[in-house]
Amino acid sequence: MDSATSELPLQRTPLADAAETGLKIIVVGGFGVGKTTLVRSVSEIRPLNTEEVMTQAGEGIDETAGVERKTTTTVAFDFGRISLSEQMVLYLFGAPGQERFWFLWDRLFSGTLGAVVLVDTRRMADSWYAIDRLEHHKTPFVVAVNRFDGDESRFTLDEIRQALALGEHVPMIDCDARVRGSVKEVLIALVDHLYTLALAQERTP
Amino acid sequence: MIRKPVDVGDPDRLYMVTDGRSEADDTFDLVTLIVSECEPTAGLQSEHVRILELCRHPTALVEIAAELKLPITVVRILLGDLHDMGKVSARHPRAAESVAGLPETTLLQEVLDGLRHL
Repeated sequence: MDSATSELPLQRTPLADAAETGLKIIVVGGFGVGKTTLVRSVSEIRPLNTEEVMTQAGEGIDETAGVERKTTTTVAFDFGRISLSEQMVLYLFGAPGQERFWFLWDRLFSGTLGAVVLVDTRRMADSWYAIDRLEHHKTPFVVAVNRFDGDESRFTLDEIRQALALGEHVPMIDCDARVRGSVKEVLIALVDHLYTLALAQERTP
Repeated sequence: MIRKPVDVGDPDRLYMVTDGRSEADDTFDLVTLIVSECEPTAGLQSEHVRILELCRHPTALVEIAAELKLPITVVRILLGDLHDMGKVSARHPRAAESVAGLPETTLLQEVLDGLRHL
């Protein structure tokens, strides 16, 4: 729906020369849930698209040859940028949520502040794998429910929490991925959550 | 969107760009900011020249990859070359490597302040 990003010549907007700290937040969710829309809503640049070529060891061993098979997969992902101050710049990465991209996630998650799981209530099952993976990596996350026109079902956040088997400690928030102010609130909810976790850790001797 | 490798140049071309190398170390994070330390000079390969031009202002690795339309791994290799030659410097992220070490609250407070002022 909204993945075509870099067809036109790009007007580059450079960062401030004092920029010194890059930060990452990952946005995960099923196909078509609105990840790119969310990134676009807050990004100061038009979302860019890049790709990683991953070489993976094949499943199992080719016994006749005694050689492990390798496959190469190309995965594209979108990202946007928010300058938080002269020194700090936040990058938002939209990552495909499907299981077959797990290897991309492992790379993207390294060093990330945290993640936003974007949920479409009509396809909640699409979020299970993403949540499972984040918990496995102990990556802090919030769940943002993309409420858009036509979200007739209107499950409450509590109902969604149950459907996703989320613990009480995981913050949930309604949002409209098309609206800048709404996406801003989602990011603030995530960083607030991180702050609470970090504060608790700092107070634990 | 998943593009086929052919859309970014066939594997042979990528192999040429990196002079046959396919392994990059992970010194450079996706959001490591790269800054040129000099202007391009004659004799550099065209990708190196492009990077030096782009990085007159700090530019994240992932933005370089998007601008050059090259895979992240290839850009890591090219940046490694330029770094070894002393032609670029790298500003690495401060954020914690793992969640066991969450970022410091002072950093997170700065992020919150930045977001609230958007």
